[in-house]
Amino acid sequence: MFNDSLKQLSKRLADRKISSVELTTEFLERIKQLNPQYNAFITVDEEKALAQACSADQKIATGDTHPLTGIPVAQKDIFCAKGWLTTCGSKILSNFVSPYDAGVIERFNAVGAVNIGKTNMDEFAMGSSNETSFYGPVRNPWDVAAVPGGSSGGSACAVAARMAPVATGTDTGGSIRQPAALCGISGIKPTYGTVSRYGMIAFASSLDQGGPMAKSAEDLALMLNVMTGFDARDSTSLQRETEDYTRDLEKPLSGLRIGLPKEYFAEGMSSDVEKAVMQALEEYRKLGAQTLEVSLPNSPLSIPVYYVLAPAEASSNLSRYDGVRYGYRSKSYQDLGDMYRKSRAEGFGAEVKRRILIGTYVLSHGYYDAYYIKAQKVRRLIAQDFKDVFTQCDVIMGPTAPTVAFDLGEKSSDPVQMYLSDIYTSAASLAGLPGMSIPIGFGEKERPVGLHIIGNYFAEARMLNAAHQYQRVTDWHRKMPDL
Amino acid sequence: MQWEIVIGLEVHAQLSTQSKIFSGASIAYGAMPNTQACNIDLALPGVLPVLNRGAVERAIKFGLAVDAKINSPSIFARKNYFYPDLPKGYQISQYELPIVEGGSIRIQVGESEKTIRLTRAHLEEDAGKSLHEDFHGMSGIDLNRAGTPLLEIVSEPDLRGSAEAVAYAKTLHALVRWIGICDGNMQEGSFRCDANVSVRPLGIEKFGTRCEIKNLNSFRFLEKAIEFEAERQIDILEEGGTIRQETRLFDANKGETRTMRSKEDANDYRYFPDPDLLPVEIEPDLIAQLKAALPELPQARHERYMSDYDLSVYDASVLTGSREMADYFEATVKQFPAQAKLCANWIMGEISARLNKADIEITACPVAPEKLAALLARIHDGTISGKAAKTVFDSMWQGDLDQNVDAIIETKGLKQISDDSAIEELVDEVLAENAQQVADYRNGKEKAFNSLVGQVMKATKGKANPAQVNAMLKKKLESR
Repeated sequence: MFNDSLKQLSKRLADRKISSVELTTEFLERIKQLNPQYNAFITVDEEKALAQACSADQKIATGDTHPLTGIPVAQKDIFCAKGWLTTCGSKILSNFVSPYDAGVIERFNAVGAVNIGKTNMDEFAMGSSNETSFYGPVRNPWDVAAVPGGSSGGSACAVAARMAPVATGTDTGGSIRQPAALCGISGIKPTYGTVSRYGMIAFASSLDQGGPMAKSAEDLALMLNVMTGFDARDSTSLQRETEDYTRDLEKPLSGLRIGLPKEYFAEGMSSDVEKAVMQALEEYRKLGAQTLEVSLPNSPLSIPVYYVLAPAEASSNLSRYDGVRYGYRSKSYQDLGDMYRKSRAEGFGAEVKRRILIGTYVLSHGYYDAYYIKAQKVRRLIAQDFKDVFTQCDVIMGPTAPTVAFDLGEKSSDPVQMYLSDIYTSAASLAGLPGMSIPIGFGEKERPVGLHIIGNYFAEARMLNAAHQYQRVTDWHRKMPDL
Repeated sequence: MQWEIVIGLEVHAQLSTQSKIFSGASIAYGAMPNTQACNIDLALPGVLPVLNRGAVERAIKFGLAVDAKINSPSIFARKNYFYPDLPKGYQISQYELPIVEGGSIRIQVGESEKTIRLTRAHLEEDAGKSLHEDFHGMSGIDLNRAGTPLLEIVSEPDLRGSAEAVAYAKTLHALVRWIGICDGNMQEGSFRCDANVSVRPLGIEKFGTRCEIKNLNSFRFLEKAIEFEAERQIDILEEGGTIRQETRLFDANKGETRTMRSKEDANDYRYFPDPDLLPVEIEPDLIAQLKAALPELPQARHERYMSDYDLSVYDASVLTGSREMADYFEATVKQFPAQAKLCANWIMGEISARLNKADIEITACPVAPEKLAALLARIHDGTISGKAAKTVFDSMWQGDLDQNVDAIIETKGLKQISDDSAIEELVDEVLAENAQQVADYRNGKEKAFNSLVGQVMKATKGKANPAQVNAMLKKKLESR
């Protein structure tokens, strides 16, 4: 049952083979059993989860159902949920119980989904290994020595270890896709503006985008149907007609043009990853797709641009954590300045501080033009590259991450190496394009490899179609670690 | 040496919207602390700003009223600094591409007019309030005001001296109220000024080093602060010193300014475009619509009052001091167009004095413009004297006899005696009874004449038309 798809689970619920309370209890038991070792959840609240499951059962009894009704969903601890501790993986919010629901949480509540718990994450979503969390690192279910990726490492781990059927994540430069790849699951970051950011704690506002993490593309489509939609409380939310993301899943792939950016197949990619990607592409050709080489000439600049813009926005977004109104405040201080300094020095971890410093620096008088303005210009060039490429192909494919999951501690002392984990994912974030990762096999040390699919704006249905057709003929997405 | 004082003003006008600029919380003044601060105003994790359309429309109205350029797109930027009453750790303001750019305002100083150029006007949110009393050594924070919409209106350094600065501030104050974008309540902080003051030797073009005086919330403080500050700077320069660029505070009790922070201590605000808010695109239709809905502006009325009603610059200025006052005048003079000056005098004199005394606005004046016009008509046609008119006005103010002017005159017996023969009879009587004064007058004692007039008026119980009495007496005295 833990390996069942969303479709299977909701059929069982609709057929009364199992109740949501029973289903939720099963997953809660599994969390109880596995979480001490994997640390995927920061907060699990059985009482709240079962209460939601109970009302879901009542809803099902009246026939008022939706594919997500009664389904346990693991929520990244970046989404504010009313009455829930919402920490964003930080000590500075370690006492923050949200008085309100994020737009995304409201949407899950509206269809009667069950919040099974809040997942661990890199502090304020800053990290690619889940090692920056105040609540300790998350372990990779495929190998406890390995990191699960980040920042949505807890969600990726929860789904991979089957502690939850589906989860939410957020992606600023790769935070859904890279952990999905490293944990052998599927994840999609939709087009910027399709998922409400209201109540999703901001890291870098112009890049942050919520999205689902699940076992399969089909599950992702069902999750997107819930998560997307206009929210007037988010000025960057797009007003579009409602889409059914499952609509194109079954379309054949014949004629699909897959662009392979030569820059993504250059040095930097490890050979085991390359081998898995090549095999996946071969599978796509068998499915009738054609591959062609394309070029994203500015993509090598995406990491430097990302590490100017994201910290710039973060340095300002994180100013509200000052110990004045909520959150952590230092126990002893002399005066106002001292209170700020100590609360923030004690409340933030090293990586967050590093990015606040970088961001403050690049916005400073005399440096702003050279860094921030320049980076914004290059950002437009990067987006233009994609625009050009999408005249030649329908989707872009390549590796999600340059290597399989690395060991805990392996890169934590070398921030630049860590930042390079997002080398393939950050460009799509900068351009606001949808990107996804699906499992395509295993590399070194039998750790999972992900295939990165980038689509044009609002091409999610097409990307999910491509992923689903691949998953129809392969079973990488059904593989689960032996726990 | 002769010195010239150079001033530029930054005015923060609170916009009269229902809710805050980026949230739905009320901006009503005087609520219990923190009862008008929602999740967005408290800057909880995850909340986002949504721009209030009403604030944008008010800013555009202002831009149109001062003939400025309305920028589209216009950009919101974050001004980053830490302060306990600034919940997000940044203020959402505008930096590059403010909504209003350029424009000008004409001011009246005495009998002369001057055009003051505006640099810009931008939208921003207000901060909360820190309360330093009653918290046992701690400070309290009230975030009710946080997020209140402000229009910061920045002038060029075109003002010379405190009189011009005050005239400018008053004109601006009248204008924002006139076009209905700000209630102008200075006690409640709806209209506050910062003054940039510098001095330079008269005739020298280069500006001196300026000091900024913060938060002047009355015209009197503005005047006093500028005067003190200019004198302070002149004293320093005359003693061979130099001015340090700094921000200063005005101490209203001592009537002096003092250092708040120097330029070296100034924050680096790290402005950058707010990624939570899209550039504001303003449709030309909206501008056209707002332009059409704009009332006739004070400057236009000022000119019209001078040309159509032949009023002086001074009268026209006073009457266009507020839209309510101008509307009252307009309604009165419409009933009685030939006597605009009489209307103006009464509104600026009797009516204003009465309103002041009763501490009410002209909109609450118990004597409606038509009633006032009816009264003025009776003065003009000689039915009553100006003096008697004041008595009638008193009755009208009290609401006597349905404010019927003629009924009041009748009841009070205030009608002037204008009948020539009746007056002649009385004059003859007085002349006969006061032979001594008549003789004095004829011997060149002008004073005697006044005494004779007085006697006649007394005999008529003040009801004779004094001009008529004068003429009649003069005629009689000279004919003998």
